[in-house]
Amino acid sequence: MAISGIQIYKLLPKTNCKDCGFPTCMAFALKLAAKQVELSACPHVSEEAQAQLAASSEPPVRLITLESDGSKLEVGNEVVLFRHEKTFYNKPGFFFLVKDSEDPGAITEKVKEIDAFVVNYVGIDLAVDGFAVKSEGDGAAFAAAVEAVRAGSKRPLILIGDDPAVLADGLAKLEGEKPLIGTANPENWEAFADLAIANKASLVVTAGSLEELADLTPKIKDKGLADLVLDPQVTAFNDGLAKHTILRRMALAKNFRPFGFPIIAYPSQAATPEAEVALATQAVTKYAGFVVMENFAPETLYGLLVLRENIYTDPQKPIQVQPGVYEINQPTPDAPVMVTTNFSITYFSVANEIESSGQPGFLLVADAEGMSVLTAWAAGNFDAEQIAKDVKKFGVEEKINHKSIILPGHVAVLSGELEEELPGWEIKVGPRESVDLPAYLKQVA
Amino acid sequence: MALEFPKDKWSGSVQEVVIGATAADGGTRATTVTVGGETTMPFIHFEAETPNRPVLALEIKDFRPDDWSALLLDFWGEAANDPGAWAKAAEEAGADMLLLSLSLTDPDGNPNTPEAAEKAAKAVLESSGLPLLVYGPGQAELDNELLVPVANACAGERVVLGICEDKNYRTLVATAMANGHLVVGRAPMDVNLSKQLNILIKDAGLPMDRVLMDPTTGALGYGIEYGFSVMERLRLAALRGDVMTQSPMAVSVGFETWKTKESKVGEDVPETWGDWEERAISWETITAITLIEAGADIVILRHPESLKRVRAAVDNLITAPELA
Repeated sequence: MAISGIQIYKLLPKTNCKDCGFPTCMAFALKLAAKQVELSACPHVSEEAQAQLAASSEPPVRLITLESDGSKLEVGNEVVLFRHEKTFYNKPGFFFLVKDSEDPGAITEKVKEIDAFVVNYVGIDLAVDGFAVKSEGDGAAFAAAVEAVRAGSKRPLILIGDDPAVLADGLAKLEGEKPLIGTANPENWEAFADLAIANKASLVVTAGSLEELADLTPKIKDKGLADLVLDPQVTAFNDGLAKHTILRRMALAKNFRPFGFPIIAYPSQAATPEAEVALATQAVTKYAGFVVMENFAPETLYGLLVLRENIYTDPQKPIQVQPGVYEINQPTPDAPVMVTTNFSITYFSVANEIESSGQPGFLLVADAEGMSVLTAWAAGNFDAEQIAKDVKKFGVEEKINHKSIILPGHVAVLSGELEEELPGWEIKVGPRESVDLPAYLKQVA
Repeated sequence: MALEFPKDKWSGSVQEVVIGATAADGGTRATTVTVGGETTMPFIHFEAETPNRPVLALEIKDFRPDDWSALLLDFWGEAANDPGAWAKAAEEAGADMLLLSLSLTDPDGNPNTPEAAEKAAKAVLESSGLPLLVYGPGQAELDNELLVPVANACAGERVVLGICEDKNYRTLVATAMANGHLVVGRAPMDVNLSKQLNILIKDAGLPMDRVLMDPTTGALGYGIEYGFSVMERLRLAALRGDVMTQSPMAVSVGFETWKTKESKVGEDVPETWGDWEERAISWETITAITLIEAGADIVILRHPESLKRVRAAVDNLITAPELA
C-alpha cells in the first residue's frame, strides 16, 4: 500500500539533521513517497519504522525470481505505466518453448542452439533467458524432456502442464532450482499451490476471465504462496493490449493487490512465425514480464532483444560513453580524425564501422551530454565551440601530424564555424550515416 | 468479484484530419483517408471507440534511389525506374496512401529541378487514385523550390506537403494554404519543439485540421525509445487538452529503419544477425508496431511485406476485443 509523505514523516526521527542529504526530514519523506530515494539514506531511522515502511513500500508488481545453476532472472517490481514517468525496471524474460512430445535428442539439440545464441548490441551481449517445457503426455515423458533441456542449457525453466502430478516428475529433475510452474486455474489451484510451495517455485495462475483471476490469486496467497505470475489468456493483439493494460493499471493506480504480479505472454500461440514476432513486439512494449516464444530465428530474435533493451533503458540516464579520443585499428599520426557524440548508440555505430573498415583512425567523442549527433546539435550540445574545446581538451593535436578533422555529414553546417574555432585546420564533411563510413574512408585514404 | 475496469477520463482528443480529395471535393483521388480523432490512449476500446485506424503508406521516389538497400530495389524491380509505375505497384501492394519523396539529385548527379518534381507528382496522381504525401529532399531551399510547383500542379488534391521545420515552414504553409493542401512538421524528438512548430504553423495561418506532426522516431536499436516516449507524451498531452499537441502523428518508419546497418547491409555482418531479408523486414515491422502502440496515426513503410505484417496487427488492434 503506497503511503503519503506525511505518514512517512511521522516515522522519521524529525531531527532535520541533514545526514540524508536533504534539508529537512519532511523533504526526505516526500522524496521517499515519490520513490526517488531509498530509506537507507537515513542513518538514524528506528528498526520499528524500517519494518513499517518496508511493509508499506511493498512493490505494486511483485518481484519474481527464477534461479537455476548459475543463472538468475528477476521480473516485476514495476512502478509506472509509461516509461517516461520513471523507467521500466526488469526486462521481460524471453523463454523458448519445447514440448515433451518431441524426441529428447532433438530437444537437446534445439535447446543447445538457442542457448548458444548471443548477439552483441552497443557493447551488450544479448541472449535468451531460459526455456519453457510443456507437458502433453505422462510424467516419464515430461521428466525425460526436462532432462533433455538440462542437457542443453543451464538457464532457468518454466514448466507448463495441466496435471500437477506430471509436473512433479519434471520438478524432481530440478533440485536446488527456483523454476516457474503452471498453470493453476480455479479448479486445480490447490494441488498446484502445494507443489509450488514444496518446490520453492513460482506459480502461473490463470482463469477464464479477469474477474475470476482476481478471485483466485488472493486464495493462493492465503494458502501461503505469494510468488505468482498472471496468465490472462490472451488470444490476439486487441485483447492482449486491453488485458495487460487493465492488469497493470489496477496494480499501479488502484493498488489492487490481486493483480500485483508480473504477466506471462505466449506469442508462441500465434498462427505464423511473423505473427509471433509481432505479438512479442506488443508484449515487450506493453507490460509482459515473461515472453514465451516457439519459433527460433536469429534474424527476428535479434530485433526483439534489441527492442527489449531499448524500451527498458532508463529515460533519465541515456547510455553514454566517456568523451575522449578513441584509437581504432592502431592509428599512426597520419591517420584521419573523425568526430562524433558520446551517445552510446552513436558511438558504437561509428566505432564499429571504422573498425570493420580496417582503416586506422582517431575517433574524437565529444561531450554532447549523451545525445545523438542531430539531437545534440539541435539542443546546442554539439556545436563548433564544443568540438574545438574537446579537440584541445583531449590533446588531439599531439597525437597527429596533420590538421584535419572529419565532421558527421548531418552537421555539415558547422564546418564554417569550426574553421573559425580551429584556425589553420581543414574541416572535411563525412557521410551522414555511419554505415557509409567505410566507403568514405577508402576514398580519403 | 465484479471488477470495474480502470478508465481514464480525458478532456481532449486528437484532431481529425482528412487527406486527399475525391472529385466531389475538387480533387481526383479515388479514395481519401481520415486519421486522428482518438479520445483514448492507443486502442483502449474499453474507454471509447477508436474512430480511425492507423493508415499505412508506402514510400516511392521520383528517381531510382540507388542508395536504397538492394533488398528494396530488387523487390520493386523495373517499377522503381518510373514514379508512375512505382505508384501503381505500391497501390497494388496494398498501401492506403503513397509518399512521393523527392530526390536531391537526378541519377546523373545534377540537382533536381522543379520541372522534374512536378512531372513526377503528376505521373503519380495519374497512375494511382490513392491520397498522396510529397516530401522534399530535406534541404530547406531546394524543398521550397521543388514543392511550390508541385503544390500548384496538385491544387485541390489535399496533398500533404513536407517536411516543415522551424527554418522553412513559411513557404510550405503559404503554398499549402493557396492550393488547399496540408503540411507535416518535423521536430527532433522533443515534445516542446513539436508543440512550438505547430504554434508557428498555426500562426502562419493554416487551420489545424490540415496539419500533421512527425515527432522523429529513430529506428529499432537507434533511438526508438526516445521516439516511443515522445509519442506517448504527445498523445497524453493531446488527451489532457493541450491543443498544440493534438495533430495526428505521421512517422517515417521506412526511412528510419532502412538506413540502419541491420537492414542496409547483407555482407560482413555478425553471423548471429541471421538472414538479411527477414532481419530487415522484421526491423521495419517491429519498429512500426512499437510506434503504433505509442500512438502513430500514419506509418510510412518501404517494404510491402512489412506493410502486410503491420496491417495484420492493425486489423486486429482496431477491433474491440471481447473481455470476458
